[in-house]
Parts: sequence; structure tokens; C-alpha cells
Amino acid sequence: MKKLLCAILVLAMCALAFVGCAQTAPENDNKPAGNDKPAEKALKVGFIFLHDENSTYDLNFMNAAKAACENQGVEYVLKSNIPEGDECYQTALDLIDDGCNIIFADSFGHEDFMIKAAKENPDVQFCHATGTKAHTEKLANYHNAFASIYEGRYLAGIAAGLKLNEMIEAGDFTAEEAKIGYVGAFTYAEVISGYTSFFLGARSVCPSVTMEVQFTGSWYDEAAEKEAAELLLSHNCKLISQHADSMGAPSACETAGVPNVSYNGSTQDACPNTFIVSSRIDWTPYMEYMIDCVRKGEAIADDWCGGIEEGSVVLTEINEKVAAAGTKEAIAKAEEELKAGTLNVFKTESFTVNGEKLDSYKADVDTDAAYTPDTEVIENGAFAESKYRSAPYFDIRIDGITLLNDAY
Amino acid sequence: MNAEANKKKESRVREPMFHIAKRDAIVWWKAWIIRILAVVAALIISSLVTVLLTDADPIEFFSTLFRGAVGTTRRIWVLAKETSLLLLVALAVTPAFKMRFWNIGAEGQVLMGGLATVSCMILLGDKLSTPLLYLVMIVTSVLAGAIWAFIPAVFKAFWNTNETLFTLMMNYIAIQLVGYFCHLWAMPKGSGHIGTVENGQLPAVGNEYLLNIIVVAAVTVLMFVYLRYSKHGYEISVVGESENTARYIGINVKKVIMRTVLISGAICGITGLLLVAGSEHSISKDTAGGRGFTAIIVSWMGKFNPFYMILSAFLIVFLSKGSDLVSSNLGLNKSFSDIITGIIIFFIIGCEFFINYKLVRNSKKEVVKQ
Repeated sequence: MKKLLCAILVLAMCALAFVGCAQTAPENDNKPAGNDKPAEKALKVGFIFLHDENSTYDLNFMNAAKAACENQGVEYVLKSNIPEGDECYQTALDLIDDGCNIIFADSFGHEDFMIKAAKENPDVQFCHATGTKAHTEKLANYHNAFASIYEGRYLAGIAAGLKLNEMIEAGDFTAEEAKIGYVGAFTYAEVISGYTSFFLGARSVCPSVTMEVQFTGSWYDEAAEKEAAELLLSHNCKLISQHADSMGAPSACETAGVPNVSYNGSTQDACPNTFIVSSRIDWTPYMEYMIDCVRKGEAIADDWCGGIEEGSVVLTEINEKVAAAGTKEAIAKAEEELKAGTLNVFKTESFTVNGEKLDSYKADVDTDAAYTPDTEVIENGAFAESKYRSAPYFDIRIDGITLLNDAY
Repeated sequence: MNAEANKKKESRVREPMFHIAKRDAIVWWKAWIIRILAVVAALIISSLVTVLLTDADPIEFFSTLFRGAVGTTRRIWVLAKETSLLLLVALAVTPAFKMRFWNIGAEGQVLMGGLATVSCMILLGDKLSTPLLYLVMIVTSVLAGAIWAFIPAVFKAFWNTNETLFTLMMNYIAIQLVGYFCHLWAMPKGSGHIGTVENGQLPAVGNEYLLNIIVVAAVTVLMFVYLRYSKHGYEISVVGESENTARYIGINVKKVIMRTVLISGAICGITGLLLVAGSEHSISKDTAGGRGFTAIIVSWMGKFNPFYMILSAFLIVFLSKGSDLVSSNLGLNKSFSDIITGIIIFFIIGCEFFINYKLVRNSKKEVVKQ
């Protein structure tokens, strides 16, 4: 009987505690609203990320989100590990419930769910990185953004080519044996554009170089990326780069002692003996632009593409310990030429397809189920990448690059 | 006399304060008090962990937890919908579990049901009239889920293979099949994403959440009646208790195993249909979202009783939704919400120990009594 009394008392106390909570909850809700009303427009940005900090891709976005919101002095909420499905839509609505007036999502597969939420919430601005549909959906509150990252890849490729040259000169292998291994996620235009520009950058300084690409079929699969890197190493690849988001490939390189050109950010801390340099998109300029537009009540561009000039395409610090001598200078020179417009990464004279130069190519810029090529993209002797939409559409398989499996 | 002396001697040597004794039976309300206390204790521990790791106070923890789960009308609907979907998978695995057939393959069976649905939506979407399309979607998704479960069941029934491993492995095949079709039907090319399919989306009944809830409510009642009052339900319990007894009283064990697992897979297939045609309108490897595994806990926590399972499914979804908001408001990783949910499940499962056993104080009086 005593026990029962005790239990009932405990329960009663807990019930009281909950009642207390229930009463305080609305107060908490009201406080910010009350404070914010006098201000002109309380801005709050909600961010949706596919993975968490363990993914180099998402970490790059998270750092930019924090920096941009702090620079702009606005509130923000980060939601990590949001899969590319209905949960993305629900999370967007959740963020709106919590007072967000800008929603940003970082992964390609979030797009349809962002569009669905955008259609239902015309007062909220939706910005989506890497998507392709804003320029055809024509919604006033849904926007895509990307960057001309192929230029960054090209610059990182120069660092790779110089490293290969250094190793050839040191007598590690012959010029003909200079082969790069590349771990890709999918046979998607974004990946193809990335490895091709990287390869062209390397070949611009090391003419004999070839490349092998292995796909993993996932944007984030540490085991598969590591396996792919190990396979490429067993094929005698002398240097590895990757377009997939885990530490799989860089750490495989560190273990094997093979130089690595990274992506999305520096992996120098984990790979001090093999990391050379990494290209990445700095999303801070875009995020600040989007916040600024909303604050001023201006329209956000429906398809925004940043470049070197805007500070969107950047390289990390070069790891002098691994990089070849003169890397910094060579990259700086090419960067100037890219800025000045005297250098074009995809000029048709720098690559061939089945032994022939490309005079005309129609790309699938407006997404459709049949992959209909709709836009002529060879202009003034170059492939006009990221011109007709910000997300890359270069999907040509050029000579010199071997795909080991294209099942993905 | 001698024995008593020995006991006295023993108790003098080391005297633990308690010993554990099996309970004969426990009154239902006592069991529920223990369960409620476990939940309360778990919440207190979770709030302590949160307070220690962050600068939040416990009141903020609880208020955010509740706001995250039921803070707005939409959140209440989402909570109900997510509960119903998790419950549906739990209902699917329950008859198999009752029969001691460890169906760990619900994840794959749900995915196959979803894959069948999305295939109909893509391939037949513009060829069939909408009612006919729905009919084809329902039939194929149920069949796909059922077949995926039936294969391990046949092997179990005829060759007594290990169904735990078999059904688990079938999950990976299903995931890879979904991956293959995601690539085949990707839009844009090579992206590995199918994107929203317009044809064949299930209609909104009232709102987009209600349809799931109605379907699952119906299945819950049917499953309760089936397990409790039907001849099949009785056969399932007998096979689960002892296959030899079942054989002795003339139950065709092979038939019961295959029939039950077929039902299990079919309900998983329906879940796939609801997920794909009802909310995702597309498919990816994540569509099942781990529900196939969480459902196992739901089913066990609910003691294989469909109505108890409503509670356990509700509790898990409530906590995961609530702690999602806690972790994002405190700037923590989403894994933190998994930690909170884990703590609470640990307590709830742990409390079953105190329902089945009791701690008895080792007083002198009791030793003498014995």
C-alpha cells in the first residue's frame, strides 16, 4: 500500500511538471514574435541538409550557412540528415511553422519536394542548390543556384598534373604511365563535367596523362568510395581525385601514400602526407545574396551561377609538403586567365570525342523523362557550360578518360 | 535444521540488500504503473543528458519535445500519419513473430511493394484510366511484398533454412533492385533520382494524411480479430509454441508458415503502396526509412497485441519527432534525437524485467520465513 501511494505521488509530481511545461511553452513561442514585430522584417533562414558534418559535401554547406547568417545577422536553423523524400517537404513546412521565411536545401534530390512546398507557401522563398528545374517551373519563390565549379576543378587539375610531372622527373614512373584515378558518384552531368575539367586541367601541364573513373552509385558511401579508390590504386593510378562526399577516397590514399586532390574542402588534417589541394564551392556569397534580396524585398534570381569573380569557386590552401614546386604560381596564372576570359576550360580544340573535334552538341538543359537534347551548347569554339542553367550539363565522354563501370 | 543453519551462515558471509524473484502474476494496473514510471524515468534521464550536453534547461527540453511532436495542427496530423505507417509495418510482422518466424525483411518487402507501385505509375500511368491504375497498383504491390516474403518462407517450410538471415539478405537485394530502377528511370540522366511521378498519386481523403490513418485503423482491427478469434490465429499461436504439438494435433505446419508469412509480406506491400503513391510519389533506397526494423521493436513492445502496438508506435514516433526539434533547436546533429529515442526504448524494454521479476529486500525475517 505504501508503495502504491509512493507511485501515485511520483506520478502526480510528473503530471504537475508537464502542466508546467505546457504553460511555459506558449510563452517561449510568444517572446521572439513579440520582440521581432517592431523590427521591419524578422528574417529567419531554415537549412535542410542531406547528411551531417561527416559528409564533406554537407559540411561545406553548413560552414557557409553559419558564416552567411552571422555576417547578415539573421537567425537560422540547421536540419541535418534529411532524406530526399517526403521528409524534406515535411521539414520545409516544419521550418515555416517555426517562423522561417527562407528555406534552403542542399541536395539534388530535395528539389521536387522543395517545389511542392514552394507552391503551397508563396510567401516563403525557397532556394535550392544543384537543382535544374527553377528555370522551367517559373515559380516566383523557387530558385536554383550553383557555381562554375568546373573552373575550380580545372585549377585543381593543374596541381595534379604538376605533381605527376614531378614524380615523372624523379623517375618514379614514365610519362606514359602517368594515370589519374577518379572516384565518381553517378554518371551524372555534374560528375562528368567535374572529372573532365579536372582531367583537362591536368593534361594542360602533363600532356601524356590518362584517367580511369570508377563509379560508386551513391553520393555518400564511405566503404564503396574506399573500395573504388583501392581498385584504382591496384590499376596503377598514380594520383587520385574524387567526386563523392565521404572521406573514403582520401583516407585510402593516405593509407597507400598516394597523392590526392580533394573536393568540397581541405582534408589535410586527416591526410597530411597525401593531400595536395581541394576545389570547392563557397556557398557564402550566394546565401548572403539570397538573404539580402529578401531583406530588401527584391526578387532572387531564378537560376544563379557564381564563379571565381564572385568568390563562389575557390581553392583551399595548398599543402606545400605534397604539392609540386611552382603549383601556387601556375594556379594563380590560370586563375587570372580564367577571370580575364582568355582561357576557356572546355574549348573544343583541347579535347576530342572518338578521335574527332566537336563542332556541335545539343545538351539536355530542360529536364525531361526522355532526356531530349534541347539546346546547342558549342559556341565560339567552346562548350558553354553553366550558361543556359547553373547546374552543369556537360555529359560528353571524351578521349583519354576510361570509365571502368557506367552501371550507375 | 542443518539447512537453516547453512542459510544463516551464508547470509552472514555476504548480505546483498536485495535478491531477484520471479513474479507469479502482476495485476494489470501495477504493470502499467511500472511502464509509466519507466517512461517518466527515461524522460528525466534524457532531459539530464540534454542539460549536461547543452546549456538548455529541463523545462525547455520538455516544452520543445512536445512542440516538436504536437506543436501545430499539421504536426499532429504528421504524427498520426507516421504512427499509422510504422504501425502498419508492425502489424505486418506480428503474425510471423507470433509464429516464431523472425521476419527481419519487412524493410525489403516494403521497398518491393513500393517498387511495384512506382513501376505501375511510370509504365502504365498514361495508359490506364485512374481507377484501373489504382487497382493494378494495389494488386502488384501486395503481390510484390508477398512474394518477397514468400521466398524465405518456402525455404523455411521445406528445408528449415534460417529465416532471420534469409529475410535480412532479401532486404539487400530489394535495396539494390530499387537502386537499379532509380538509375534506369533517373531524371535527369545519370542523377540516380526518379523525381516526382504525377500519374497514379493516391487521392487526398479530407487531407493528405487521413487516407493512411483510415487504412491502418482498418488493418489494426482486422489483425486483432484474425489473431484473437480466427482458426488461423489459433494455428499461428500453436505453431509458435511448439511445432511438434501443432503436428500432433493435425495442423499442417508448412502450410501455416507459408500462409502467415504471405500475409506478413502482403501487408508490407500495402505499406509500400501507401508510402510511394500516398506521400513520396517517387522511390529511393531510403523510402522504407528503417520502418521495417523499427517495426520489430514496436511489435515486441506491444506484446504482439495490435492495440498495444498503437501505443508503442505512437510513443516512438512522438519521441523521434519531438527530439528532432530538440536537436535542431539546440544546434545539435540529428543523431542526438536517435540517442534520446534510444534511451527511452531502453527503459521501456528494461521495465519489462520489473514486470516479470521483483526485487525482494533480504531482511532477516524473510530468511527465517524461507
